[in-house]
Amino acid sequence: VELLLHQVLAGLATGAIYACMALAIVMIYQAIDHLNFAQGEMAMFSTFVGWQMMQWGLPYWGAFFATVALSFLAGVVIERVVFKPLGDAPVLSHIVVFIALFAIINSAAGFIWEFTIKPFPTPFGTQPLFGHGLISAHDAGMIAITVIMLVLLYMFFRYTRIGLAMRAAAANPASARLVGIRVGWMLALGWGMAASLGAVAGMLIAPVVFLEPNMMLSILVYGFAGAVLGGLTSPGGAVVGGFSVGVIENLAGTFIPHVGQELKLPIALALIVAVLTVRPSGIFGTRLVTRV
Amino acid sequence: MEPIAVPGLKPLAPAGPTGQAILWRRLVLTGLLVLALLLPFAFKSFIVFQLTMAMVYAIAILGLNLLTGFNGQFSLGHSAFFAVGAYAAAIMIEGFDVGAYWTLPAAGAICFVFGFLFGLPALRLEGIYLALATFALAIAMPPILKLSPLEPWTGGVQGILVSKPDVPFGLPLSQDQWLYYVVLAVGLVLALGATNLVDSRTGRAVMAIRDNPIAARAMGINVSLYKTLTFGVSAFYTGIAGALGAVAVSFVAPDSFTFVLAIGLFVGMVVGGVGSIPGALFGGLFVLFVPNIAEQVSKGLAGAVYGVILILVIYLMPTGAAGLVRLIVHKLALNWRRKHRLTQGA
Repeated sequence: VELLLHQVLAGLATGAIYACMALAIVMIYQAIDHLNFAQGEMAMFSTFVGWQMMQWGLPYWGAFFATVALSFLAGVVIERVVFKPLGDAPVLSHIVVFIALFAIINSAAGFIWEFTIKPFPTPFGTQPLFGHGLISAHDAGMIAITVIMLVLLYMFFRYTRIGLAMRAAAANPASARLVGIRVGWMLALGWGMAASLGAVAGMLIAPVVFLEPNMMLSILVYGFAGAVLGGLTSPGGAVVGGFSVGVIENLAGTFIPHVGQELKLPIALALIVAVLTVRPSGIFGTRLVTRV
Repeated sequence: MEPIAVPGLKPLAPAGPTGQAILWRRLVLTGLLVLALLLPFAFKSFIVFQLTMAMVYAIAILGLNLLTGFNGQFSLGHSAFFAVGAYAAAIMIEGFDVGAYWTLPAAGAICFVFGFLFGLPALRLEGIYLALATFALAIAMPPILKLSPLEPWTGGVQGILVSKPDVPFGLPLSQDQWLYYVVLAVGLVLALGATNLVDSRTGRAVMAIRDNPIAARAMGINVSLYKTLTFGVSAFYTGIAGALGAVAVSFVAPDSFTFVLAIGLFVGMVVGGVGSIPGALFGGLFVLFVPNIAEQVSKGLAGAVYGVILILVIYLMPTGAAGLVRLIVHKLALNWRRKHRLTQGA
């Protein structure tokens, strides 16, 4: 039982990483109605920017907020420069551009900062929380920040005019434009917010997995899995989904004999696909009703 | 009722290609075929090998296109079918001494069954959720191939070396040239098969499901059956491509079939033209050559150059190469018709 508890807690700690990422993914999905495959790379690049600022001597929190602000700007610029000219191109073309962005950012980061791994500081410290070895202070801080971001986002989307306008622009651009919402700028805003969320996620994750250009690859996959499991339409679902993916992955690795360790990732994904066949829009997702 | 003549409004052109368009298309296709037959004599054997691989990718992209372009089901997992086809061929050739050519239909059949079975749970999923499920398949494939219990067959991380077939009948060709012709022939047969499939009653049903599943069902199309069958056929094509690829490279290993390959095939499909059969060839060439070109431009920034090329290509032709060609042909035809009318009027 103690092993189980231990593994569940360890799973929750890694789950917090996935939850961060899943939250950023759902966020941009709400704002632009597409899954952004370059999300992880954007977060990685932001984290490098933060690291660079700390190298230049900025204190942690100064670099943290500067990075978040810069990432916001970068997100807006990417939308304006890359995606606006694309306009009404088919969805599949958009996805190819995401893949292109992925390649560009990854390669540029490797070119600027090289592929050696770098340690990233944590503001919470690495000592175990409450004196047990179960969960570290950084993990707890990460979980706390994820939950705070979730609450803030929920309030933003639920209670502010601009949040409502963003949701409208994503859900039905034509009607939103008719009621006077500037759809283009809402999209840009969504990109900016997603980029800064990604920056937060990246800077929280980096102390655990170390900073290097490919750090986000597997996290992105797990983050997607968490987001899809929870339902792409629900930020809360994404966070729950992220945590569950972490726990499932850890338990599968420990308790399934023979193939558990080797097939950790496939087993987690297979379970998620199994859940999806029962609930095709994710556990907390709302089902879209199509009009004929 | 008499049609009302509206001044300034042209009568609509009849739907479907006219006699002249068909003639032109045949001329172009014959020209391309002659060119394809001559190519192996014009280039060094490494380039011939690359062209062979481009055709192999084109076949796989064709398979993906049948699923995504014509049936509207999204897949980021076709590297898995490619892998199954490649491993099926390699194991049959090396483990059971089956002739290389006989492994093609066998690998295709195995992939058909595999694809059909995967199509069953995929029925429940749509769009991004289906993308994730297929992506999971792509991610899962290399670790499964590396599994220790399967090692006697798959060779684990080491993979399997595959011997190339000899040139038959004492033809004066090198092995690479011969393989090029084999892949060309198989590709032509498969492309012809795909064209006929799309033009048939079945093809119309498949496309109706893409355009409006509810209306298709209301017209009495068995949506589930056609969707799973399309998944099977798509996997069949990709599996054959995998088998050809295994023979051409003469080596299979788990890490050749990661999700990077799946994404490559997907990019090839979009760049070539979603829902276009000849577009697949352009996609295959793109997938094979553009990363190399990017590497030549800049070693350190190869990924960035590749990404920029990709974005430019999408700006230039948002509907793929096939869409661009269609647009140009349409413009030319309009021009030609306008000129023709002017000379008639004079």
